[in-house]
Amino acid sequence: MGAVVWRVSRWLLLLAFAAFFLVPLVALLNFSTRDTRTGERTGAAWQALVEDPTMTEAITTSLLLAGLTVVGMVVLLVPTMIWVKLRVPRATRLIEFLCLLPLTIPALVIVVGMDNVYAWVDYLIGDSALTLTFVYVVLVLPYSYRAIDSALGSLDATTLSEAARSLGAGWFTVITRVILPNIWPGVLGGAFIAIALVLGEYTVSSLTNYETLPVVIVAISKANAPESMAAALASLLFAALLLMMLSFLDRRRRHPGGK
Amino acid sequence: MSETAPLAGPAPAPAAPPRTGRSFGIGPSVGLLPFLAFVGIFLIVPTVTVCIGAFQADEGGFTLEKIRLLGEETPLKALRQSLVLSFTSAVVGAVLGALLAYLVVTAPPTSIVRRTVTAVCGVLAQFGGVTLAFAWMATLGFGGLLTDLLATYVGGDPNGSSWLYEMPGLVLVYTYFQIPLMVIVFLPALEGLRPQWREAAVNLGATTWQYWTQVAFPLLRPAFLGSALLLFANAFAAYATAAALVSQGAPITPLLIRNSLTSEIVLGQANFAYALALEMIVVVALVMGLYAWLLKRTSRWL
Repeated sequence: MGAVVWRVSRWLLLLAFAAFFLVPLVALLNFSTRDTRTGERTGAAWQALVEDPTMTEAITTSLLLAGLTVVGMVVLLVPTMIWVKLRVPRATRLIEFLCLLPLTIPALVIVVGMDNVYAWVDYLIGDSALTLTFVYVVLVLPYSYRAIDSALGSLDATTLSEAARSLGAGWFTVITRVILPNIWPGVLGGAFIAIALVLGEYTVSSLTNYETLPVVIVAISKANAPESMAAALASLLFAALLLMMLSFLDRRRRHPGGK
Repeated sequence: MSETAPLAGPAPAPAAPPRTGRSFGIGPSVGLLPFLAFVGIFLIVPTVTVCIGAFQADEGGFTLEKIRLLGEETPLKALRQSLVLSFTSAVVGAVLGALLAYLVVTAPPTSIVRRTVTAVCGVLAQFGGVTLAFAWMATLGFGGLLTDLLATYVGGDPNGSSWLYEMPGLVLVYTYFQIPLMVIVFLPALEGLRPQWREAAVNLGATTWQYWTQVAFPLLRPAFLGSALLLFANAFAAYATAAALVSQGAPITPLLIRNSLTSEIVLGQANFAYALALEMIVVVALVMGLYAWLLKRTSRWL
C-alpha cells in the first residue's frame, strides 16, 4: 500500500518538475516559430540566425572566443597542473586556491576592476572583442581545474614520468607525449564546459560593449523578439549537446578496464 | 662555476651538491611563473584595484566617503533586495532541488530518468542566464505561451505579467537555475548515504520516520546547508539574468553596479562601482568561507 502511494507520488512529482523545466523551453520554441503580427507559423526567425549579418557576426565572435579560450586554458593550465603534480607538489594548495578563486570573486567584480589591465591589453594588442579571451580563461579556471584534476588524480603520473625519463625523455616529451594522452578525457571535459560557459557569457562582454552572441540576443530583442528567442534556444541546445557529449565521454572513461 | 664550463660533459664541481639541493627547491617552481603571472594580472590585479578604489578619492588620496555612501538609502535598499532575492531563491532552490535529487537518486544510475535529469540540470545550472531570462519572457511576457493560454481560458492579462520584470519574477527565474544547481551539488551527498545505515537502523527496530529524522537528516544536514550557501552565493553574484530581465532601474546590487558603470555617476559619486563591488566581494567571501567550513564537516561522514 505504502509502496504504491510512494510510486505514484514519485511519478507525479517528477512530472511536475518536468513541466516546470520544459514549459519555458517549449515557450521559446513557440515564440521563435511564430509571426508576431499574424500569429502564423514561420521559420523566418531561425533563417535569420544564418542570414542576419549582425547575428552571424556575433555567432562567429562567440565561437572564436570559445575556441581561443579553450586554447588559452589548455596552454596555461594543463602544463602547470602536470608540472605541479610532478615537480612542485608543495604548490598544489596554492594553485588549487587560485583556480577556485573565481568562484568567490564574481565576474562583475573583475569587470569593475579590470580597466587598467585592459587599457594595457588594448594598447599592446589592439582593441578587439577577442581580447576578452584573457578574462574568460580566468572565469573558466574553476571548472577546467576540477575536470583536469580528477583525471590527473586517477593516474600514477610520477611512475609514468620516471619511466619516461629513465628512457631518455625530456620534460617536454613527458608532458606532451606521456601524461597528456592519459588525461585527455579530463582536458576535453574541461574544454566542453569552457565552450558552454563562454557561449553564454554576458556579464563581461555586455559591460565592455563587445558584441558577443548573448549581447546581441539582448540588443535585438526589442526590435525582433522572435529572432532573439530563436538564438537563445539555439545556443541553449548547442550547450546541451556539448554537455551530453561530455557525459558520454565520462561513461566511456569509467567503463573500460574497470578502474 | 664558470671555470669548469670549457670542460666537455658533466663536470661535478665541488659546488655541485649544495647547488642541486637548492635548485630542486627553486628551479622547478619557475615553471609556475607563466600561470602565476597570468592569474596575477587578470584576477588579482582587478580585485586589488577594486579594494583600493573603494577607499580612494577621485582626486587621489584616502577617503571613507564611498564606504559611507554604501549606507545611503539606494545602495542599502539594493543590498537588502539582493539578500532577500538570494535567500529566497536559495531556500526554494535548495528544498525543491534536494527533493528532485532524492527522486532521482532512488532510480538506478543507468535509468533514463536519472540521466536526463542530470544532463538537463547541468545545462540549466551552468549555461548563461540570458537565455533563461528569455525563456521566461517567452512564457509569461507579452505574447508568451502561458500568457496567451491564461488570457484565452482563464481571463488573464493578455499583455503578460508585469511582475515578471520585478522582484517576484527575479525569484522565479533564479529558481529556474538554482534547482538544477542544487541537484548537481547535492546528488553526491545523497549517493553517499549508504543502504547499510538504513539496514542497521531497521535492524535495531527503527521505523522509516525514525530513520529519516534521527539518522539521515542529521547526516545530510551539513551537506544540505553547505549546498544552500553555495546557491546563495551563486544568486548573489549572478548578473546576466537580472540584467536581461530588468532593463531599467536597479532593484538589486549587481544592477546598481551596472548603473554606476554605464552612467558614471551614482549618488553624485563617480567610481562608486568600486565600493559596491567591494561589498559584493565581502558578502560572497563570507558565504563561501562558511561553505568551505561546512564542507569539511560533511566529508567526515559522506
